[in-house]
Amino acid sequence: MKTKRDKIGYVFVLPYLIHFSVFVAFPLAFSFVLIFHKWDIISPMDWVGFSNFSKLVQDVLFFKAIRNTLVFLVIHIPLQIIIALALAEFLNQKIRFRGFFRASYFMPVVVSGVVITILWQQLYAQDSGIINSLLVKLAGVKLPWLTSVKLAMPSIAIMATWKNVGLYIVLFLVGLQTVPKYMYEAADIEGASHWQKFRHITLPMINPTMIMVVIISTIGGFSLFIEPYIMTGGGPLNSTLSAMLYIYRQAFSFYHMGYAATLGFFFALIVFSVVLIQKKIIERENIY
Amino acid sequence: MRKLVFYLFLIFWTIIFMYPFLWMISATIRPEAEIGGFGIIPSKITFDSYEKVFEKIPIFRALLNSTIVATSVTLGVIIFSSMIGYSLARHRFRGRNLIFGVILFTMTMPFQITLIPQYILMVKFQWTETFLALIVPYLVNTFAIILFRQHFLTIPQDLIDAAKMDGCSEFTILFRILYPISTPAIVTVGIITFMAIWNEVLWPLIVIHEQHLMTLPQLVTIFVVGGQAESLMGVKLAAATMLAAPIIIAYSIFQRYFIASMATSGLKG
Repeated sequence: MKTKRDKIGYVFVLPYLIHFSVFVAFPLAFSFVLIFHKWDIISPMDWVGFSNFSKLVQDVLFFKAIRNTLVFLVIHIPLQIIIALALAEFLNQKIRFRGFFRASYFMPVVVSGVVITILWQQLYAQDSGIINSLLVKLAGVKLPWLTSVKLAMPSIAIMATWKNVGLYIVLFLVGLQTVPKYMYEAADIEGASHWQKFRHITLPMINPTMIMVVIISTIGGFSLFIEPYIMTGGGPLNSTLSAMLYIYRQAFSFYHMGYAATLGFFFALIVFSVVLIQKKIIERENIY
Repeated sequence: MRKLVFYLFLIFWTIIFMYPFLWMISATIRPEAEIGGFGIIPSKITFDSYEKVFEKIPIFRALLNSTIVATSVTLGVIIFSSMIGYSLARHRFRGRNLIFGVILFTMTMPFQITLIPQYILMVKFQWTETFLALIVPYLVNTFAIILFRQHFLTIPQDLIDAAKMDGCSEFTILFRILYPISTPAIVTVGIITFMAIWNEVLWPLIVIHEQHLMTLPQLVTIFVVGGQAESLMGVKLAAATMLAAPIIIAYSIFQRYFIASMATSGLKG
């Protein structure tokens, strides 16, 4: 039933329309203008055609930054899924103090990434850090967590996993609770092992959660910025320079607005395609 | 025996997640020379690190700034998103489905694409170095709109019809009749928005450069990165602890709501 009253709907959605035009549609359109210009904000814009693109294609550092970001993702996502799923399985048993355990695992999620990074910078410290003092006691070795070109990005990935895993534990817990009990009971009668039940019942049943977790952590991982910004400044030897950190520098250290917008545009395309591909793969893999 | 191993395993992970925080707090009240190593029991308690922080940066000003910004955005998001969500759920008007489609589409759009143009917009509006840049772009949030829309779809039409019969305006229906029975949705949107804005640091770094306008995470970041902390571990950690404290306190009291809200969103803080 449509009434005159429903016209009030336009008034109610007006804030969205204004916000969308000003903060989404206009910037989107303007980014198409920017990518063909050279501009430092202060002097007038300079039309440069496709030269931002040719610059991008030859920009070794940008591709290194993308590669670094991918290294981060390749370590961070599987590690996070394995730990989160394992802990969620444990918490999903009949246990006491489940609320307490869940709350303690979730704690780093609510705390600012700035705090986590400052804290871990000290935990990773070469000589005085907790991690190395523990390693010395247990194995008699120290690792150059943040000073080695090979280890710095994995170190950041481990820290990010520690920070975020609590969220994914909770998401998986919600997913696990949707799996009907009778399916496990039926499998028990057939004499299925723990692993078989996990592989053939749990995993397929929580596929929607898996898709969500992979996508959220991919999008989050691609925006990696503050952790290397604080912890390593992108070093050593640009090994932790993330794509966002590089774009940030192009824009706000060098004021290459046109070029930074081009990088942002190109990078957004990558993010979008990766997420799309992931979605297709996970959806296909678990048809059973 | 099996039970014992099971609980020891769970406790092991609690230590993994909690111990670093305890260590951090303990490090901030120890003399600088004693920080490091594994222990957390201070031989002597000192507040030197905190005094240094107060001396060097306007941290309470930043706390106030963050509170103003996060509170304004949260209130704005709740009001606007509930209006928009209510309308998308309950009003029938031309273009409604189109708007909903646009909202779903913009949710999938990576923010990297509009970051630079949005900054330029702030420059043109002359909003840089003001709270407007920190507040206005965040006032409408697509995720909150969807959440409110889903929520208002579950309200019985009879209730709305009855209110209309009584001559209530649409605003009265939303804010006086639906709000009191929508606490879970409001709390969820409130917690997620407040946390996201409180912890946001990239955007403030871009649009604010004057120290007295900086938000708390931004000020602490600049303090640590910019060398003002003189690579004193205790001082850096004291600043970090002050940044973490408000959220940790809120979390210890309302942890159920925090976890439930974040679980519905899957959003990162």
